[in-house]
Amino acid sequence: MSGNLVEIQGLHFAYGKRPILKGIDLSARKGQVVAIMGNSGCGKTTLFRLISGAVKATQGTLKVDGLNVGDLDQDGLYQLRRRMGVLFQFGALFTDMSVFDNVAFQMREHTDLPEAMIRDLVLMKLNAVGLRGAHDLMTSELSGGMARRVALARAIALDPMLILYDEPFAGLDPISLGVIGNLIRRLTDTLGLTSIVVTHDVQESLKMVDYVYFISEGMVEAQGTPAEIKASGLPFVHQFVHGEEDGPVLFHYPADPYPADLRLSHA
Amino acid sequence: MPERVIGGFRKIGHRTIDGVWRMGVSTRFFLLTLMHSGICLRRPQLVIREIFSAGVLSLIIIIVSGLFVGMVLGLQGYETLQTYGSEEALGILVALSLVRELGPVVAALLFASRAGSAITAEIGLMKATEQIAAMEMMAVDPIARVVAPRFWGAVISMPLLAALFSAMGIFGGYLVGVVMIGVDDGAFWSQMQSAVDFREDILNGVIKSVVFGVAVTVVALFEGYDAPPTAEGVSRATTRTVVTSSLAILALDFVLTALMFRGV
Ligand SMILES: Nc1ncnc2c1ncn2[C@@H]1O[C@H](COP(=O)(O)OP(=O)(O)OP(=O)(O)O)[C@@H](O)[C@H]1O
Ligand SMILES: [Mg+2]
Repeated sequence: MSGNLVEIQGLHFAYGKRPILKGIDLSARKGQVVAIMGNSGCGKTTLFRLISGAVKATQGTLKVDGLNVGDLDQDGLYQLRRRMGVLFQFGALFTDMSVFDNVAFQMREHTDLPEAMIRDLVLMKLNAVGLRGAHDLMTSELSGGMARRVALARAIALDPMLILYDEPFAGLDPISLGVIGNLIRRLTDTLGLTSIVVTHDVQESLKMVDYVYFISEGMVEAQGTPAEIKASGLPFVHQFVHGEEDGPVLFHYPADPYPADLRLSHA
Repeated sequence: MPERVIGGFRKIGHRTIDGVWRMGVSTRFFLLTLMHSGICLRRPQLVIREIFSAGVLSLIIIIVSGLFVGMVLGLQGYETLQTYGSEEALGILVALSLVRELGPVVAALLFASRAGSAITAEIGLMKATEQIAAMEMMAVDPIARVVAPRFWGAVISMPLLAALFSAMGIFGGYLVGVVMIGVDDGAFWSQMQSAVDFREDILNGVIKSVVFGVAVTVVALFEGYDAPPTAEGVSRATTRTVVTSSLAILALDFVLTALMFRGV
């Protein structure tokens, strides 16, 4: 194969009758960090749910490591997910466990490693996100940014071949943000993983990723390497990179005209 | 007017279909839980944890309620028996009512509101905060890892709690009847010993409490797993757990009693 770990062609998806994705083409090569950007609500989290097999596409193909995700049964899906790490947008840490047990969770569930080795591994993962000292805190004792970093340590716990990061930078201070950005880059390079990062942090991600996709209205609106993106004259990309309100991307969720909604039209 | 009548019928129909549907789904859920119970043998510490949260944490309420129910039985029983001049039978009355009925039933009702509601709320919140989804994403089956240990932990705890409830009740009856009122000590115990049958009374009581334990736990787990992932959804599910499982306990108690004691 072409060295693409994730290959998506003509992917359609709808929640009930409301179409969310309308023909996405996207691929991620082994060893790449790919960023996905798009306005809020355009379906980025939904795309991750499709890649990890939590929901099924209505049309199109979606292959991960050559396997057609939509056709896998539960066992096949679980086999695939063991080689996948997911950082959830809202962390989804286990609240009845400590930080340590959260990161150790998959090691205990999926491997027979002795407890001493698990301890070393967990502390290494926590060290990578700067929270080795917090290993015996309960998850309720973490700040928002700390919780995200623990969730990140948990997502990379088993060194998966593919990691999906849903907004890894949300709620991080500039220092952590730089460190986590480097961590994602370094993990991908040293372990030969593939990373797909959903992010709104345009400046930070343009520094570290290999390829960028912009999604809008359920389609890939623009794509390219960071250099191409920066040089791009597309109004869509320009608006996004510079964070302007006016442009092809609408800030508002589709609605009736504002005056009509406020019942001003009769006045 | 007929519109309204039709509407009423339609609502009843919907409710009925919905009820039957939920029953089917929860039965399937129950079977799935049994099928995924292997993990409880392989990793008993998971079950032990749940025995702690369902059983040990219910101890206080079970002990205190048992004691008071027994003391009231002692008082009321003495009042009645005394008019027939058979106060010595107080031991029998207290023991039989507790072992056959009150022990399993009241303990199960308390268990439903203490442990059952906690199970529903916990699982509902795990779902609302995407913890269940995260577990599936890590290729860990939540039915095996979350549901099955809680099921066995609660099912093991229930008969033990019911037994403790009965024992405390008998002690309470003894305190009131013998220590306070002055019924003969020897008669109280020896009549109880000769009248309470192991198979007819104690074993049947244990069977009841096991059945109640399964019913309460399945309802609690299913309601939690099925709850809409919102604060309101979880709170409604918790209420439903207590209501549904209490009604189930009372209905099952009638059926079981009819089956067990009809010959006597
Ligand atoms: N479970 C669901 N049922 C129905 N509609 C949903 C569901 N989850 C999301 N949606 C809708 O699908 C659309 C895409 O949601 P999604 O969460 O994928 O957006 P997103 O791109 O991740 O946004 P954000 O950047 O704000 O996280 C939204 O309009 C949302 O209203
Ligand atoms: Mg999202």
